[in-house]
Amino acid sequence: MRIAIASGKGGTGKTTLAVNLAAVLAEQGLAPVLADCDVEEPNSHVFLAPDWTSEKRVTQPVPAIDVTTCLGADCRRCVDLCRFKALILMAGEVMTFPELCHGCGLCAEACPAGAVGWTERDLGVVRSGQAHGLRVVGGLMRVGEPMAVPLIREVKHEADTGALQIWDCPPGTACPAVASLQGADYALLVTEPTAFGLHDLTLAVALVRELGLPFGVALNRAGMGDDRVERYLDKEGIPLLASLPYSLEAAQAGADGRLLVEALPGMREAYTELWLALRQSLDQEVTS
Amino acid sequence: MKQIVVLSGKGGTGKTSIVAGLASIMPSLVLADCDVDAADLHLVTQPKIITRHAFISGELARIDEDKCSGCLLCEQKCRFGAISPEPRVLPEHCEGCGLCAYVCPNEAIVMEPRHCGWWYESHTRFGILVHASLTPGAENSGRLVTTVRRMAVDLAEEQGCEYVLVDGSPGIGCPVIASLTGADLALLVAEPTVSALHDLKRVHELARHFHVPCLVLVNKADLSQERTREILDFCARSGVPVAGEIPHDPIFTQAQLAGKSVVEYAHDTEGPRFGRIWESMRAALGRSLVRL
Repeated sequence: MRIAIASGKGGTGKTTLAVNLAAVLAEQGLAPVLADCDVEEPNSHVFLAPDWTSEKRVTQPVPAIDVTTCLGADCRRCVDLCRFKALILMAGEVMTFPELCHGCGLCAEACPAGAVGWTERDLGVVRSGQAHGLRVVGGLMRVGEPMAVPLIREVKHEADTGALQIWDCPPGTACPAVASLQGADYALLVTEPTAFGLHDLTLAVALVRELGLPFGVALNRAGMGDDRVERYLDKEGIPLLASLPYSLEAAQAGADGRLLVEALPGMREAYTELWLALRQSLDQEVTS
Repeated sequence: MKQIVVLSGKGGTGKTSIVAGLASIMPSLVLADCDVDAADLHLVTQPKIITRHAFISGELARIDEDKCSGCLLCEQKCRFGAISPEPRVLPEHCEGCGLCAYVCPNEAIVMEPRHCGWWYESHTRFGILVHASLTPGAENSGRLVTTVRRMAVDLAEEQGCEYVLVDGSPGIGCPVIASLTGADLALLVAEPTVSALHDLKRVHELARHFHVPCLVLVNKADLSQERTREILDFCARSGVPVAGEIPHDPIFTQAQLAGKSVVEYAHDTEGPRFGRIWESMRAALGRSLVRL
């Protein structure tokens, strides 16, 4: 079972829910794997403090032009075909912009002279380790790298060793969120009871519907705003799996990088109930 | 004309609320909401849309079933898993590279322009707002950010506005890079949490990579004195000036629920506070000018 935890709005509590849920499930002996797909700004390691036992460099192939065989201005097929402007003709030579390259391979396919070879662009690292009885897999994107998606895919591939996986997704509804959500059995959307929280939730709902994923919502920091989110969920018939109340103690424990299920009374039970509600929601989806 | 981008690294530190607060104080500005896939600035600025533009960017492959022979060469060659064995194009995976169309022996694949969302030029009580909505799941968010920024800059120049204030998105990937390059100042909004400091360091490194001077603002500062101290220590060690600290206050949420900036909602306290933050920003912009 693969549960993706996403949101739309940043800062609603995706990582908080992911790490605390994973910790509770590990305590129950379910051996979850936590995949931190927010490769731009990962935070799950702050709360779980895994011992990183493996780290793997991840690269993307980018073209390397062999100037001895390249036909240059007499051909320029790669330059004209590239949709991403990653190849240009300058002073008769084909030059590459590696950071614009999507690694599609069209240039190599089209080159009549076999002049397109491959080199690598560093995307970042994928690392894995153990903590709190669970396996943690995460990615750390190179600062300056524009594309998160290839690294996210590697993280998920590396994390695909367990039957139960929790995917901590990045915020937003663009390609990093899409790449993180793809293939999930269920999406848990985390929101807060505010105007921004509701608005971005509606975008996340549109996304998971587009992707055809069963989903439910967890309302984090309940009580800090108003009831607009609950009214929306009611109107749309979207299951509210949990309402986790705002508290200064929870905010401060989170600020210090502590697991709420260890730091505060009642949290372990709240997350266990969330899990039961999620299972029930997923079972209902499967049977309907 | 100066461009200021508000970033954070971590989501939820208060960028949009702070942009709205600054917009209530700053003279002569154009606002740009570059958080294109989760745009919220319109919720507190109540824009009146003047012009609306379809954002057409990149391409999507389409297979013409009549010409398709089912050879599946496209599916074999595609590096993004965007073609299923029927064959059918999976739009959420397709990056619009055109390799499938190029290799198809029957010319059965067409690359079609992709409508990825909308961008708008609007009037608000603070000035012009350029904003956008990326269709959920669509590609090319970075290009939409670039479009929004370029329009905001053009409008500012046309109208003789002194500032473009950009509400950025979380992260450090291509939409953030598109918001950052060529900016005159990056205001980095942090909160006193271990996560936010970790993320702040990365977005700061990104800004340095693009030679954009930074200023840090600590929001919700009294949530943890110790963590605020850590952020200030980081700033001191890294030579990043601090624009100020904002206390953790329910009026931020209340203002948002009321559709107002926090300065409008609680002018007596927040007016002077944001005025001081703005003065720090002006000083930072002045310093950059001197450095050049």
